[in-house]
Amino acid sequence: MSTNRRDFMKAAAFTAAGLGLLDAMPARAQGAPKRGGTLTFAISAETPHYDAHGSDTFATLHFGAPFYSTLLQFDLANYPKVKGDLATSWDVAPDLMKYTFKITPNAMFHDGSPLTSADIKATYERMRNPPTGVVSTRKATFEDIDTIETPDAHTVVFNMKAGNPAMLEHFASPWNWIYKASLLAAEPNGPKTKIMGSGAFVFGEHVKGSHVTGTRFDKYYKSGQPYLDGFRGVFMTQPAAMLNALQGGQVQAEFRGVSPAERDRLVQVMGDKIRIEESSWTLNLMVVFNTEKKPFNDPRVRRALHMAIDRRAGAAGLARTAVLRDAGGLIRPGSPFAMKDEDLAKMPGFGRDIKAARAEAKRLLKEAGVPNLTFTLHNRNLAQPYTPAGIFLVDQWRQIGVNVEHRQFETSPYLAGMSSGNFDVAIDFSNLFMDEPSLALAKYVSFNRAPENRSRAIDAELDRLYAAQSHERDFKKRFDLIRAFEKRAFDQAYQVPLLWWYRIVPTLKTVMGWQMSPSHNLGQDLAGVWLNT
Amino acid sequence: MAGAVSQPVITYKLRKRRHPVLEFIAAQPLGAISGVAILIMLFGGLFSELVAPYDPFDIDFGAMLAAPSAEHLMGTDAFGRDIFSRIIYGARTALTIGFFSSLLGCTTGAIVGVASAYFGGRADMIIQRFIDVILSFPIIVLALVVVAMLGRNQIAGVDVNLIFAIAIPVMPKVARVVRAAALTIRDMPYIDAARAAGFSHTRIIFRHMVPNVAAPFLIMFTAYVAQAILLEASLSFLGLGVTEPTPAWGLMLSGNASDFYREAPWMILFPGVAISVAVFAFNLFGDSLRDWLDPKFKV
Repeated sequence: MSTNRRDFMKAAAFTAAGLGLLDAMPARAQGAPKRGGTLTFAISAETPHYDAHGSDTFATLHFGAPFYSTLLQFDLANYPKVKGDLATSWDVAPDLMKYTFKITPNAMFHDGSPLTSADIKATYERMRNPPTGVVSTRKATFEDIDTIETPDAHTVVFNMKAGNPAMLEHFASPWNWIYKASLLAAEPNGPKTKIMGSGAFVFGEHVKGSHVTGTRFDKYYKSGQPYLDGFRGVFMTQPAAMLNALQGGQVQAEFRGVSPAERDRLVQVMGDKIRIEESSWTLNLMVVFNTEKKPFNDPRVRRALHMAIDRRAGAAGLARTAVLRDAGGLIRPGSPFAMKDEDLAKMPGFGRDIKAARAEAKRLLKEAGVPNLTFTLHNRNLAQPYTPAGIFLVDQWRQIGVNVEHRQFETSPYLAGMSSGNFDVAIDFSNLFMDEPSLALAKYVSFNRAPENRSRAIDAELDRLYAAQSHERDFKKRFDLIRAFEKRAFDQAYQVPLLWWYRIVPTLKTVMGWQMSPSHNLGQDLAGVWLNT
Repeated sequence: MAGAVSQPVITYKLRKRRHPVLEFIAAQPLGAISGVAILIMLFGGLFSELVAPYDPFDIDFGAMLAAPSAEHLMGTDAFGRDIFSRIIYGARTALTIGFFSSLLGCTTGAIVGVASAYFGGRADMIIQRFIDVILSFPIIVLALVVVAMLGRNQIAGVDVNLIFAIAIPVMPKVARVVRAAALTIRDMPYIDAARAAGFSHTRIIFRHMVPNVAAPFLIMFTAYVAQAILLEASLSFLGLGVTEPTPAWGLMLSGNASDFYREAPWMILFPGVAISVAVFAFNLFGDSLRDWLDPKFKV
């Protein structure tokens, strides 16, 4: 059985329907959009920098997506189909070796200069082959691109090294903000600290620790949009403050997600003034071992710590209080390429007999010479779901005699600590925007190819399996290759999944035009959002 | 001739001196009760492993948000952890941070206050203006700034930077009070004699002045233990103190407690009571100690 783009899309849509994602996105009685007003929303973390190419936290997207455009974007009303953003049309070669995009001639940057194919070429060159000193967490995703041509100012052609059935979806990634070529040439790392986009809103101000603002870009290329006069994103790391602000109407939405208990409180207090939308989430928490540090360079130690976690009990218990829901492998449970539960139960760390697993874990630690292991767990200071996950892990590891000091950091030092390797064991996240194995597995590719692999492990076998599955067009063969990848990943346990998330988004009923999806990375350009006041 | 006049015999009956502890109990019954409360907390904190019925870190999803019962005297939290055990272990956190913060803040403050009074003149003026600046910040704001700047630095399970963050706002308050007490001592003949004998400043300050401000020091030390416990709880509540899963009273009031206080009010009730009792006990004990030690209050 071979998989082409159509099969891939069918499988993805089937999965979405099967998981109840589409049902979970109720169609809103929209009416005609009204112009005007300022949307104020909460952002539960502050971005460490402004460069989406080198980021994998929602904090960057919720902060900056309204300022930028992308080539394609996901059509959230028909997720996971894609639609044009800057691209007005596109053509894909039958062998998936060539992608040709026509881009709108009306797009311009906020400084008034026209956006051309040269800007798109420069942007994608930066992501697939970043200059020295530039971090691109999209490098592995776009490594199949061979050359990029710009036959004219409004046409861009991507020639591929190998056919990739999911490449069109990768072009719709919300992280692929288009930067201005001339600015990139002058300062390759400029986007980290400066904002110059072509999105629906012009950057206003960023007051650290407080807020970010944007005002309507009157020359935006989509006719009539944006509807809002502007927006204000307020950084609120304390859930209690965010809930109070929602209840008091000081903020109108929190687009990342709240816990089940917070949802219940909002519904109880606000009644029909609040809209709650729910979906499973293309996001999972991971446990990452720093393989450059002793004793985590020893696979026995990593495997022992991996096996000691009772994910099934954790999923059932934490689902009541946290945004965590499902125990699963590297691919989201229920999606076409996900491991079946009976197979997962045979994998180390996912078995049903936790007593036996912990006995084996103790044996492995003893064999590795660290029966009374002590280390620091590096974690983010977000209440959901990082704190509950940290509490859970400390308890799990104490049960095999391991003593853990739990340390939580603000988003910026948290990410910096992981990126620089300044940690023992960390709680990381795999932040996906679709159920595509090449996207989900990219984080597990060797560190020298994927800087987002915070375990810093180099594993040629995982790299080989990753490349093989991403180019394999036969579903069964690809499925088997992904299983082999997962088995290798669990055996070596450089980094392992903890639990998958569940998304609950509260918005005031006056907020219209925003669309729910299984990813908090999508739909944050705010171009179609309006206020029904 | 008149007979010899008999001299009246005057007998002095010395009152049998009671043990100072008994004297304190008799003179300050409320102080004694608060002292007992402090001793109970100390015992709980020191011997948590023996007193607590459960491991405070143990998660039991089967007992999540259980109401107070014979099995869990104060109920359980959102992770099924026993609240009574966490309060007992929390006493250790509160007393450790409270005691060391207060000790550090009061000791530094006492030395600065005595030195300021002893040297007088320009040195006194500079030190006092510096103290004025620090005193102009509310104590919680100053602690927040310090803890945010220093970050966290755990040694043997105790956040040393948190101790510094709480001690720094305490220091100027103690310095100001001790200076006032030291000013009266500075002009005493025995200090003049020490100066005339050529003793060093250090010797005069530490051997002859500091012991004479011991009473106000002790009183402030106990009072500021209460302040420090309250500050630690406030900082932990704001997410800047100790981190989960360490049992700490302020921390128990934040996090999931705010989500479940309607469904499980015991999650906030018992830690709140623990903080109140501890602060009340130390304040009352400090007041009683002052009344008992200071002769002016005996008039």
